[in-house]
Amino acid sequence: MNADTEVPPIVEMRGITIRFPGVLALDDVDFTLRPGEVHSLMGENGAGKSTLIKALTGVYGIDSGSISIAGERQTFSTASDAQDAGISTVYQEVNLCTNLTVGENIMLGHEPRRGTGIDWRATHAEAARHLASLGLELDTRSMLAHHSIAIQQLVAISRAMVLDAKVLILDEPTSSLDRGEVEQLFGIMRDLRDKGVAILFVSHFLDQVYEISDRITVLRNGALVGEYPVAELPRDALVTKMIGRELADLAAIASSSHRDIDRSGTPVVKATGLGRRGVLEPADLEVYEGEVVGIAGLLGSGRTELVRLLYGADRADEGTVEVHGEHVRLHQPRHAIDHRISLSSENRREEGVVADLTVAENIVLGMQARQGWLRKIPKKDQDAVVQEYIDALGVRPANPHALVGNLSGGNQQKVLLARWLATAPELLVLDEPTRGIDVGAKADIQRKVAELSAQGLAVIFISSELEEVLRMAQRVVVLRDRKKIGELEASTTDLDGLIDYIANAGEGSAA
Amino acid sequence: MTAVYKHRLFWPIVSLLTLIAINAIARPQFITITMRDGELYGALITILRDSAPLMLVALGMTIVIATRGIDLSVGAIMAVSGAVALTIIDGSGDPDALATVLIAVLVAVLVALILGMWNGFLVTVLGIQPIVATLVLMLAGRGAALLITGGKITTVNSAPFKWMSSGYMVALPVAFFIAVAAIIVIGVIERRTALGVLTEAVGINPEASRLAGVRSRGIIWGAYMVSGALAGVAGLIYASRTSAADANNAGVFIELYAILAVVLGGTSLNGGKFSIAGTVVGVFIIQTLDSTVLFLGIPSAQSPVFFGFVVAVVVVLQSPRMRSGLANLSGRLRPRGAGVQDREKAEVA
Ligand SMILES: Nc1ncnc2c1ncn2[C@@H]1O[C@H](COP(=O)(O)OP(=O)(O)OP(=O)(O)O)[C@@H](O)[C@H]1O
Ligand SMILES: [Mg+2]
Repeated sequence: MNADTEVPPIVEMRGITIRFPGVLALDDVDFTLRPGEVHSLMGENGAGKSTLIKALTGVYGIDSGSISIAGERQTFSTASDAQDAGISTVYQEVNLCTNLTVGENIMLGHEPRRGTGIDWRATHAEAARHLASLGLELDTRSMLAHHSIAIQQLVAISRAMVLDAKVLILDEPTSSLDRGEVEQLFGIMRDLRDKGVAILFVSHFLDQVYEISDRITVLRNGALVGEYPVAELPRDALVTKMIGRELADLAAIASSSHRDIDRSGTPVVKATGLGRRGVLEPADLEVYEGEVVGIAGLLGSGRTELVRLLYGADRADEGTVEVHGEHVRLHQPRHAIDHRISLSSENRREEGVVADLTVAENIVLGMQARQGWLRKIPKKDQDAVVQEYIDALGVRPANPHALVGNLSGGNQQKVLLARWLATAPELLVLDEPTRGIDVGAKADIQRKVAELSAQGLAVIFISSELEEVLRMAQRVVVLRDRKKIGELEASTTDLDGLIDYIANAGEGSAA
Repeated sequence: MTAVYKHRLFWPIVSLLTLIAINAIARPQFITITMRDGELYGALITILRDSAPLMLVALGMTIVIATRGIDLSVGAIMAVSGAVALTIIDGSGDPDALATVLIAVLVAVLVALILGMWNGFLVTVLGIQPIVATLVLMLAGRGAALLITGGKITTVNSAPFKWMSSGYMVALPVAFFIAVAAIIVIGVIERRTALGVLTEAVGINPEASRLAGVRSRGIIWGAYMVSGALAGVAGLIYASRTSAADANNAGVFIELYAILAVVLGGTSLNGGKFSIAGTVVGVFIIQTLDSTVLFLGIPSAQSPVFFGFVVAVVVVLQSPRMRSGLANLSGRLRPRGAGVQDREKAEVA
């Protein structure tokens, strides 16, 4: 492409070193970004990608090294300095004001003015235009808090577009998006690139990285592995450079999960006509011992809503739930937990981890909540459980006393999973459990879930990544427009079949 | 060595010691303690004794603040509790009987507990914002106390009741022992059980805690009940000091001093992580300051100005900005994450 070494770089970072208490997050890292290229930053969870980005935008000060923008040495002391210098960033943990409207969030600080006040009509019109360029039609006057994580992610991206940037940084912008939205985003990224914008992209989806990038820089353990033109770096070479070993065999997971499930007995959990007005049309769902049921559907199809109703996170206004054949009322998450149902939320930051508590406290939280406050889990037992899951899921840094808020995004997700696995559930509901998890750890987590289900654990598995759903599940429930449209046996479907079903099934009969 | 410097109690303790040192230099007898009839006397002992009501109220406030709440009604609850106790003692045939005083104390604390329960009900069941919910009692409580005493300042002459505020045990004031007992009970309940960490979880991220199965409603409700009950005991000590139930003056502004003590002790008003030890130090800072004002003979009209000035200095010294500034002086620079800074700004505000 046009990203040859002749073009003078817009961003040059040399010898960047950042140390946090007990962690050398970046160790003498060089990074170069040129105008008119899409440059992917790759590495395992905790490799230092987000830290490098935050060093560039002035969120973190650097301990040594230098940063030049367009040939001039710069040190930004706040993120808004970087913005003023033409660097627009979508951070990994979407950082918007959920108590403002969608439009206000997009336009914040750039509202069109009329006289001394803000021209709200123009503000919302412009916000709507930015959303439309991402193929999104939203009421810009609705509260951001009322939208799913994926929509919030798109709003954050739209916000980044408002600034007329020379450098666009996207830290895992696609982690909650469906194919459609990703395609829209890539369209925009290509446009910007052709206009000479330099784009820094982070994603754990290798397909996306190979589709969009011109160049790849790989980090491992805070150190630079190297910079490569994408054509010279085949996938398996990239993975080896990232994780320092060969990837676990995903085919093996798939074959182990494609076994027959005995559905003659009583299901572990059976929901009948579960629904809530305006949220989800009544749907049936049953999960048997040892079964993994996938839930697939587009953004906003009601996947998350269905499991939240089942878990009691939201109150269902109709339908019944049976656990092992007995009617139960699940009006609160803790009722569900008492019946050994656990749910790992897709919204890790707001509904998942408790940022100011330690890794250990976060892992034990679920167990402790079930035991009640009076019976504190003895220190020794806590330590054992915590250590077990830190090892099993590979949480980095493997320090039980680190604050979860200081962990990298993927490692926070592992801590959240650990919390739920530690409660020893009979039904484990996983809503986007591998969001933001690197390829190596993703395979580890899938293997762990497959292993537990083979031992009898019932699992509900939601993922925007359909390959993953098909690999893990024996049965896939498909939703569209907040309604269940059918079920498929994973063994009789392939990826294209599933995509087609999600898009078209039931259309004919409805017409 | 940096470990000591970074400890969350480092600055509160430094502030307290500095205050004591300044006092000691200005008036050496400040730190002298004398023994009379097996009882210790001196300015420091007076501070220990007089800090008891604020200590009790601030302990409760710490727990409430940890849940992201605030309790403005503590002063009014003190007034009600004093009124209840003195009315019972006054109405009984024998104010000097231990049984009478015991009953009065128990009933007063029970009433205070019920008032705390009312606060908790407003906050958890009706979902009213804590500052508004507790404002109700803050405004109505003193009126209720006046109703109980029939509109007058009830006074009693009861030796056992008086003992609470001015009695001595093993050479130290009884009031001090009450405060110590409260510190120990709260400390043990919070840290030996899982209550402390669950409270912090609820305060840091209520929704994540709810989804994790934490009984957040019960935890928050309980915090207001504890705060109410402790304010009740504080009200008793206050009433005992004057042997009077003065509804208009008991615990006036104590909610503000309690909040200040909590903040000085390093607990954030955003809720979450809390420090009982920090609050204890915060209370002593405030009480020492109070006695400094008296010591220096500052006219009572100007004393709030002096008080405000010193508090401002202490708060600024302890602010995260200032602390990282001082850390920079000692050689290292690291601006923190944007999110962290925002939170810290909110704390200072
Ligand atoms: N504020 C902080 N305080 C302490 N340690 C931190 C802080 N921020 C990051 N770290 C540590 O620095 C290392 C790099 O983290 P970083 O977030 O850059 O990883 P990442 O490559 O973005 O990972 P992921 O793919 O999971 O997002 C991790 O070990 C993390 O725990
Ligand atoms: Mg990251």
